[in-house]
Amino acid sequence: MTTDGASDLVARELSVRAGRVTAVRGVSARFRRGELTSIIGPNGAGKSTLLRALMGLDAPVGGTVTLDGHPLHAWSRRERANRLAYLAQGEPLPPGARVRDVVALGRGAGEWRWGLLPPLGEGPEEARAAERAMARMGVQGFAEHRVGELSGGEQQRVSLARALAAEPAFLLLDEPSNHLDLGYAAELMAHLRAEVTGGMGVVAVLHDLTLASQADRLLLLNGGQVLAQGAPEEVLTPANLLAAYNLRAEVLRHSGRLIVVPASP
Amino acid sequence: MLLLGLVGLAVLLAVSLGSVNVSPAATVQALWHGLLGRSLSGDEVIVWQLRFPRVALGLLVGASLALCGGAYQGVFRNPLADPYLMGVASGAGLGATLAVVAGWNAALVPLAAMVGGLLSVSLSLSLARVGRRLPPVRLILSGVVVGSIFTAVSTYLLLLTEDRVRQVFSFTLGNLAFGGWAQVRAVLPYALIGGGLLLLLARALNLLQLGDLTARSLGLPVERLRLLVIVAASLLTAAAVSYAGIIGFVGLVTPHLVRRLWGPDHRVLLPISALAGGGLLVLSDLLARTLTRPTELPVGVVTTLLGGPFFLYLLRSSRDE
Repeated sequence: MTTDGASDLVARELSVRAGRVTAVRGVSARFRRGELTSIIGPNGAGKSTLLRALMGLDAPVGGTVTLDGHPLHAWSRRERANRLAYLAQGEPLPPGARVRDVVALGRGAGEWRWGLLPPLGEGPEEARAAERAMARMGVQGFAEHRVGELSGGEQQRVSLARALAAEPAFLLLDEPSNHLDLGYAAELMAHLRAEVTGGMGVVAVLHDLTLASQADRLLLLNGGQVLAQGAPEEVLTPANLLAAYNLRAEVLRHSGRLIVVPASP
Repeated sequence: MLLLGLVGLAVLLAVSLGSVNVSPAATVQALWHGLLGRSLSGDEVIVWQLRFPRVALGLLVGASLALCGGAYQGVFRNPLADPYLMGVASGAGLGATLAVVAGWNAALVPLAAMVGGLLSVSLSLSLARVGRRLPPVRLILSGVVVGSIFTAVSTYLLLLTEDRVRQVFSFTLGNLAFGGWAQVRAVLPYALIGGGLLLLLARALNLLQLGDLTARSLGLPVERLRLLVIVAASLLTAAAVSYAGIIGFVGLVTPHLVRRLWGPDHRVLLPISALAGGGLLVLSDLLARTLTRPTELPVGVVTTLLGGPFFLYLLRSSRDE
């Protein structure tokens, strides 16, 4: 693991507005390659806004995001899209599109000639990258199917393959386990773990604290600010849960995992 | 290929049939002579000077409308979008009405329609704009409102000058009867430039189908794409409307039909829609010319009467939500 931090994705004193409210206020955090970080916190804590700012989609009103030591806005759209991949929440795949075509779109918008004419298709290298991404997510069997013919869990794997097609350094996911049943959610975490082992940095906003506790690091947000960050057992404490979620809970340890159990009223 | 054959057949039929029926062989020969610039005899003059330019204009206009409809449905991610969404038609209608009411030379009516159409789109765009962003819902709403206001003004002008109602109506109902080579030459450059640009934006439109945030994360300049599509489609639609009037439903129904048969990839959807739209309008115009001989129906009436029920059929038979 790099220790000098030059290749990290770093937020410094980051503040971001979402509509009329400042949803993220002075957040500083460091995300490393080869590490799975989960952003957690109650509804409205600023998790999605922080993720969008890390992706360069929302411009900060204060502070900076740097990638490999350079501020994010110094990267061109294309350079940024080659390094950071993003899985949005609530943007389902178009049901009529073929899986292969969707994954190939993950290679990005490319360079526009004279700012007017985008590339028309993907070259052979693009097609091979899409093929590799489908293989990594185990969706090559569906390559010719239409998205609408697949189950929710399979569609999520196609979305992930789309994100991986860019072969990014960091993968940012906004609630990827939403609408997934227990089996698919576990499968998703296994896929993310495999990418992390391969050296990718993964940052995932997660609601399910039991899933989130499988991350290497947790970032707990409350009211747009960092309440705690660090290893899961340092962050998932009854005191932090009470402060963030207004929830009295026990944190149990079971075969190396943390389980949050709300106290009965 | 099959579609190309069908459109070719439609063109051949439309050129052969009419008040004088010309045999297919003679039609092909006349087209060949016309293309080579040879001197034409009897029926050949009808085919080359009267029918073929009208059919060519129908092809161009139908292709333009269907292409713009497909691009708009893509860029707004809204299946109800049609080429007139941003107010081109009502702007062009107002321009044409003003020209007719003011008693301008008929040759200037298309120009006035063009200016009116582009003005109303510019107005919709500037009303919808928030900073540098063009949110789709605001675009649709401002297009609808600007369209309604322009239509209301046109209607009021018409009430003031009842004697010219017929001339204006023949425009607003859509009509290819004035199609000649001059009209074809006038529409062609817009069709080539606007249509070419829309075709080149096909993969970018595919990216946009993933959602605004996802598309932006992939490096797509979403607002620039929206603006480019609207500008290209407006030029194309305004040119088509100026010379053929406001022809309904071709731009709405054709992309739906093509999407059903060929899927949603804009790299296929847009060119096939253009081809199919051209063919459909040529066939509709053939019906408009021949159904009620010796008088003619406005082709817009035919496309709407055919397109409306067909759209409902598509809607009912669709399993999508």
